[in-house]
Amino acid sequence: MSTITTPATESDDLAAGGTRMDSGESIGAMETLRRGVAISPELREGIGVTLLLAVVASCGQVVVPIAVQQTLDRGLNGPGGPRLSFVVWLGLAAAVAIAVTSVASYLMTKRLFTTSERGLATLRVKAFRHVHDLPLLTQNTERRGSLVSRVTSDVDQVSQFLVFGGLIFVVSVGQMLVATVIMVIYSWELALVVWLSFAPLFASIRYFQRKLSQAYTVVRHQVGVLLGAISEPVVGAATVRSYAVEGRTQDRIDSAIDEFKAASTRAQRFTVVSFSLGGISAGVANAGVLIIGVLLGFTTDMTAGKVLAFAFLVTLFVGPVQMGTQILTDAQNAIVSWRRVIGILETPADLVDPGPDAQQLPRGPIDVTFDDVSFAYPGGPDVLREVSMHIDAGTRVAIVGETGSGKSTFAKLLTRLMDPRSGAVLLDGIDVRSIAQHSLRKSVVLVPQEGFLFDDSIAANVRYGKLDATQREIVASADELGLRDWLDGLPRGLDTMVGQRGESLSAGERQLVALLRAHLADPDLLVLDEATSAVDPHLEMQIGRALERLMQSRTSVTIAHRLSTAENADEVVVVDRGRVVQRGPHSELVTQSGGVYAGLHTSWAAQHHS
Amino acid sequence: MSDDQAVLQGSTTREGFAVLGHAIRREPGIFVLSTIGSVLFAVLTVADAWVLGWATDNVVIPAFETGEIGAGLLWAVLGLFVGVAILRAVGIVARRLGAGIMQFRMQAHTRRAVTRQYLALPMEWHQRHPTGQLLSNAYSDVEAAWGPIAPLPMALGTVVMMVIAVGQMLIADLVLAIVGLLVFPAVVVANLAYQRLASPLMTHAQELRAEVSEIAHESFDGAMVVKTLGRETQETDRFRARADELRDVNIRAGRIRAAFDPTLASLPNVGVLVVLAVGVSRVTSGATDAGDVVTVAYLLTIVSFPIRAIGWLLGEFPRSVVGFRRTEAVLAATGSMTYGAAGISEASRGARLEVEDLHYAYDHDNPLLRGVTFEVEPGRTVAVVGQTASGKSTLTGLMTRLIDPDGGRIRIDGHDLRDLAKGALAGSVALVPQTAFLFDDTVRGNVTLGADISDEEVWAALRAAQADGFVAALGSGLDTQLGERGTSLSGGQRQRLSLARALVRHPRLLILDDATSAVDPEVEARILATLRHSDEDSTLVVVAYRKATIGLADEVIHLADGRIADRGTHAELLDRSPAYAQLVNAYEQAAHEEHP
Repeated sequence: MSTITTPATESDDLAAGGTRMDSGESIGAMETLRRGVAISPELREGIGVTLLLAVVASCGQVVVPIAVQQTLDRGLNGPGGPRLSFVVWLGLAAAVAIAVTSVASYLMTKRLFTTSERGLATLRVKAFRHVHDLPLLTQNTERRGSLVSRVTSDVDQVSQFLVFGGLIFVVSVGQMLVATVIMVIYSWELALVVWLSFAPLFASIRYFQRKLSQAYTVVRHQVGVLLGAISEPVVGAATVRSYAVEGRTQDRIDSAIDEFKAASTRAQRFTVVSFSLGGISAGVANAGVLIIGVLLGFTTDMTAGKVLAFAFLVTLFVGPVQMGTQILTDAQNAIVSWRRVIGILETPADLVDPGPDAQQLPRGPIDVTFDDVSFAYPGGPDVLREVSMHIDAGTRVAIVGETGSGKSTFAKLLTRLMDPRSGAVLLDGIDVRSIAQHSLRKSVVLVPQEGFLFDDSIAANVRYGKLDATQREIVASADELGLRDWLDGLPRGLDTMVGQRGESLSAGERQLVALLRAHLADPDLLVLDEATSAVDPHLEMQIGRALERLMQSRTSVTIAHRLSTAENADEVVVVDRGRVVQRGPHSELVTQSGGVYAGLHTSWAAQHHS
Repeated sequence: MSDDQAVLQGSTTREGFAVLGHAIRREPGIFVLSTIGSVLFAVLTVADAWVLGWATDNVVIPAFETGEIGAGLLWAVLGLFVGVAILRAVGIVARRLGAGIMQFRMQAHTRRAVTRQYLALPMEWHQRHPTGQLLSNAYSDVEAAWGPIAPLPMALGTVVMMVIAVGQMLIADLVLAIVGLLVFPAVVVANLAYQRLASPLMTHAQELRAEVSEIAHESFDGAMVVKTLGRETQETDRFRARADELRDVNIRAGRIRAAFDPTLASLPNVGVLVVLAVGVSRVTSGATDAGDVVTVAYLLTIVSFPIRAIGWLLGEFPRSVVGFRRTEAVLAATGSMTYGAAGISEASRGARLEVEDLHYAYDHDNPLLRGVTFEVEPGRTVAVVGQTASGKSTLTGLMTRLIDPDGGRIRIDGHDLRDLAKGALAGSVALVPQTAFLFDDTVRGNVTLGADISDEEVWAALRAAQADGFVAALGSGLDTQLGERGTSLSGGQRQRLSLARALVRHPRLLILDDATSAVDPEVEARILATLRHSDEDSTLVVVAYRKATIGLADEVIHLADGRIADRGTHAELLDRSPAYAQLVNAYEQAAHEEHP
């Protein structure tokens, strides 16, 4: 039960909320970029050309005003009156510059959109895939909404930055350096004045970046909390209504909404303050250049013209600095989001495919060996203790035990949803950890207690068992399981839509679909976590028959909750407090008075024949 | 959809302003503050140029000409520059922080309204709307709707700059000003073209975002099935198909944006060149002087920035309008239940239930309940038995007023449910559904649901529901956080907590809709024994399949074909109704046939 989040870890680890998911918080901004680009190599494609276009486009932003300025000053306003030819030529040159700049800007933005969106689609898909590769335990520690937001809104956040941030920042830094060089050539003293004016800003950038990063981490965390809160009245609509707790539910949502608002406002405050510092620095620089320039005039060859020209150079420096700070502050939101997505990819999928050395399971009924297997949930006590047992190929085994005895853990270990803490689970003598995933999934199928269905037709859901199954195959399969009558009785047969999570069907019908799906998958080892839901007895009978046929000619291990299942099994394994305490056919075990099985049997029997 | 899009294209700009109008009316204070900040910023940007001019004329040039300078003047230069810069910074803070706060407040307002609507809308509405879509409405659509608030004050502030500049242009030279101002209609045309091209793509992208989110939600919900059948690759392909479609739409929208941005940026520059060309010919013909041409051209370059800022605002409109419409659709949905003012008078410990000629249909060609009438006397236990889809769960939903009947009525202690005040029914009636829903809260919170109930009572209810054992074994007992939807518990454990939630309220009418179906039979037996032997005298309605559960009832109602086929004790029905006997004995028969 240690999978349950305790309040302590919840508050200790704000960003991760006690999850086992990597929040990526430990990765720095540059490292995030590096890893992000490694995950989405598209982002690097043709970056040289795009950078060149960016330089041309941003040069245009300077060249055009200068050209216009020159036309005005020297062509129209010159000492000899308007010089028509000069104006025409310079005007044409400016027009060409505008055209070139616009085309460069168009091409750059287009390329940025293309590479970014391609890179992000890759990131999205890789993260989605990795969520499925994570161990079940890890998946369950994370809020559903938070997992979803990592492959949706978090990725969207990165997009803005990649298109309107990343490269422009590089160009801004470049412009800044070029402006510095020009300033130094004009006057190193004044250049120094400008840099000194901006020194406090540059020095504080790190501080603000850290604050912003923290603030946006909280914002992104609150998004997950918000989505979780919003999902309650949606998923739990019936419960909320029937207990008339709308008020309380709304209060919970309202506080999530308010916390999100507060976190966003806080982040905005840091953004704004850090941005406005740039403007103040510029004012100090302007004043400094004029004052120091004038003072230098008394001791050096500084002239009024030079000082004024330098004042113009300062604007060339200030522009990119402000653009750069703006991008840096906006970037934090994107970086935090990017980190969260990368965090998913860096969370170890500990049930990894063994790789090239992987073994294939031979087809045909499988024999199962538990070799001294112990299992514990992280941080919890052992739920299975040193279990050793062998199940012959082709037999039908029922595992029974009280709730909490550890019997469900067998199913999860057999299907490698989890790996044992110590010992090994062997199928046909091969450790499951060294069997290729596709081979394992092909040969071993688990039918879970609550068969989840996708919002699609019955046929589509059944095809999860065998992707290329034809309509005819599915019908034949249904025939084999004796489910034809049921299928024919449905309004649209196999094309009947099952609704969200299969909720348009009854619990029993969902089980039938799950069984049909398993049958089509044709496994050699069937692991069944028996559904406990009592269903319409007529359906129950059909389920019983279908199960009976499904278990034929293969090894089956059933986590049994029903008396009849244990009665019909070749062998019953009785689990008590993490250990196998009894084994044998039902007829044998039931006579061992005082045994765990006899006790279970008595209470079952009392249930069924009352 | 195509009609919708046609309308959208034509009026996006107007509708976008209307959306902003909502925001301004809702948050006028902060809007005015941020706009003042923006105007301050705009004015001080102009002032910056003026300060430079003043310093040049009064400090720099005299200083170099005379070779001396007063310290006071130098201080004045420093004071003016820094003063203007600080005031400008104040303007920036007011503008951006104000815009941010306004945006976050509007998001919060809409999210509150949308989620209140989720809580108010009837179950039928919920059944028609997928979870992923509703999450998307309350999150990303809200964000999209209020997106333009961020650039709004900036755009308004620059309008001030623009008005001043345009006024000066008109004074300088009317003809040149008119030539220059042709830039404005050009900008309008460019914008309309952009909206027309981008709107359908934005709408599509927003729909695809919702679909991507729906697939992710569903796929992660079904992670267990995906994993055990090794279908990760197929699921990824399904996700990739939509993600790639979203990528392509975004790239297409990006291409349009890529063309729009530089067009908008260069229009004023082109305008300046045209003004120069016309200006030169007017100067040579003597119609105007060079100074006026310079003034007009210079003012036009000043105007180029405001035009871009307004462009940023308009560029956000298509997405905003789409998001706003999607949230409005939720807010406009009707069908919330109306309530009366009656309370329930507690005549006896158990409630009296009367069901009279009840009709209900999900699909009007195929009604589910067709005139169901029965009554349950206080303190009695009634089992409702019937085949799958015979309307048993619908009946429990009607009895707790999750839905209202198409015809007929249900009375509790003589009150029609529809006449009861909101919340009055929950004081007397508790439903335990087949699928237990747990909140992301502690065990205690899930049982009390915020009501003032002592821990002793909580433990007593947990004991009655046979949940005390596993709760005690949880790390922090009643304070254990259960996580989202209680996924860390088994189905049976969730059902038992859900049962404790009902029992702790000591309801006068307790309705169990197959509420112990996932509980081990032996545990179920203990629960039923507790219910049966409690001295509470509550009225009890149970929907059940298991004989043990049915055996608990004083009376059984057999539901078939939308009507009551028969009613009586379990023994009587077994005796006289072959259909009933077949229904409850089917499983035993099946087991018997195959293992005689």
